[in-house]
Amino acid sequence: MSEEQKGSNKNSNRRDFLGMLLGGGFFAWIISLFYPVLKYLDPPKIEEVKVSSVKIGAVEDMEKDSGKIIKFGNKPVIVVRKPEGEYIAFTAVCTHLDCIVQFRKDYKQIYCACHNGRYDLNGRNVSGPPPAPLKRFGVTIKDDQVIVYKEEA
Amino acid sequence: MKKSNGKSLKERSFGWIDERYDITGVIEFAKKKSVPKFRETIWYYFGGIALLLFVIQVLSGILLLMYYQGTEDAAYESVKFISTKVSFGWLIRSVHSWSANLMILAIFIHMFSVYFLKSFRKPRELTWYTGFILLALSMGFGFSGYLLPWNELAFFATKVGTDITRQIPVIGDWLLILLRGGEEVTGATLSRFFGFHVAVLPGLFTVFLVLHLMFIQRQGMAEPEDWKKLPDSEKKQIPFFPNFTLRELLIWLIVINILAILAVFFPWELGIKADQFASAPVGIRPEWYFMFMFQVLKLLPANILFLSGEFVGIAGFGIGIFLWFIVPFWDKRTPESRRNKTITYVGIFVVMFIIVFTILGFILD
Repeated sequence: MSEEQKGSNKNSNRRDFLGMLLGGGFFAWIISLFYPVLKYLDPPKIEEVKVSSVKIGAVEDMEKDSGKIIKFGNKPVIVVRKPEGEYIAFTAVCTHLDCIVQFRKDYKQIYCACHNGRYDLNGRNVSGPPPAPLKRFGVTIKDDQVIVYKEEA
Repeated sequence: MKKSNGKSLKERSFGWIDERYDITGVIEFAKKKSVPKFRETIWYYFGGIALLLFVIQVLSGILLLMYYQGTEDAAYESVKFISTKVSFGWLIRSVHSWSANLMILAIFIHMFSVYFLKSFRKPRELTWYTGFILLALSMGFGFSGYLLPWNELAFFATKVGTDITRQIPVIGDWLLILLRGGEEVTGATLSRFFGFHVAVLPGLFTVFLVLHLMFIQRQGMAEPEDWKKLPDSEKKQIPFFPNFTLRELLIWLIVINILAILAVFFPWELGIKADQFASAPVGIRPEWYFMFMFQVLKLLPANILFLSGEFVGIAGFGIGIFLWFIVPFWDKRTPESRRNKTITYVGIFVVMFIIVFTILGFILD
């Protein structure tokens, strides 16, 4: 190898090194710019209210053969009073696409208006698109007060 | 890069776009463009700095919109949430506030350099007019954005600022109600200002910015009279691309660094929530770029002859600002390539006036 070639080789090495330094610096700059932005877009967790049971009123407050949505912490729960007077409760969120279900007197079923999903009064998905049954909540009556509670899995 | 037909992917994608959009033509055009190189070349960078800061405003503003809520009950709390709960929220907000101030400063420097270099002269009158409108819109951005955190300082600044419109004859009262969305500064005002700040002003600004940049591209860089008189051999120029562009990029990097330092080490305060039934706090003052007007109005007596001092002050500023706006018009009788000393003296007077009253505003309290 001649002296001249050696020189140019050295030069191109130096050039490569500087190029790498510049590129690396730019890359690091981009990261330091995007990291805070991506972190910013990730919303802070809002603490879930921990609730294990909710009092919904006296036994006779709700008509027989009707249903209503109650707040269970920050989740909706559907409470149904059967024609014979028995209380049942399920999560009110349809297992299909997150809509909130309702009790239909005419069908004697729990019904989701978004896509005609139907559940029987045991929470089983009986017709339409819902892929899974509604999760059951426990109901108990104490001193004439109806209490909805989370059943242990 | 994979080769096919002897061309790299880069060459082929360039070819694809070039065939359809004549990129080569744009490059040829950019190559011909040049910037005069002389003692004052530094001022040519400030428009670009303002542009960079505007882009930062748009981006950081969009980020703030992800959490901000523009209602009387939620505005202050949502800004507090951004500053304390959201990761890097304090940084985004601080960048938005600092960048806003630096942008106004850059526009002021840009405007005065254009003024003193007489670049507003024929054929660039419309560039001056659109630029002036952009400054006015930027101040509108500043004024409306100041209210959005709904804190005490912003509340009273908005009360005072909008009250000034009352001095305008005939339409003053109507304008006040239009601005405030009612007789008083309330949640309705906040809704309006939020609308102005994120929809009306950005729309208008974009239109005038496009015009402003189009005029500059079409006419090329202004050449000052002194430089034009030089013999051709001494007219040094630097190509716009890549020489000027790379320098501008370097300056942008420096500006971004200054912005980052200010935003990190001097985060913007939030203050306390606005209360419509609390006294104005001592030391209340507007943003610095309204300070000189605010200070002059404070120093005027209650009555001047048969007019109110307030009216004389505001009418004076109105006329002065209008004359400044139409400077290409009253300079047009100056023969071409002749200096107009009066214009320079007026400019020096205006700069001194603004500086003196701004300083007075900050030290006289």
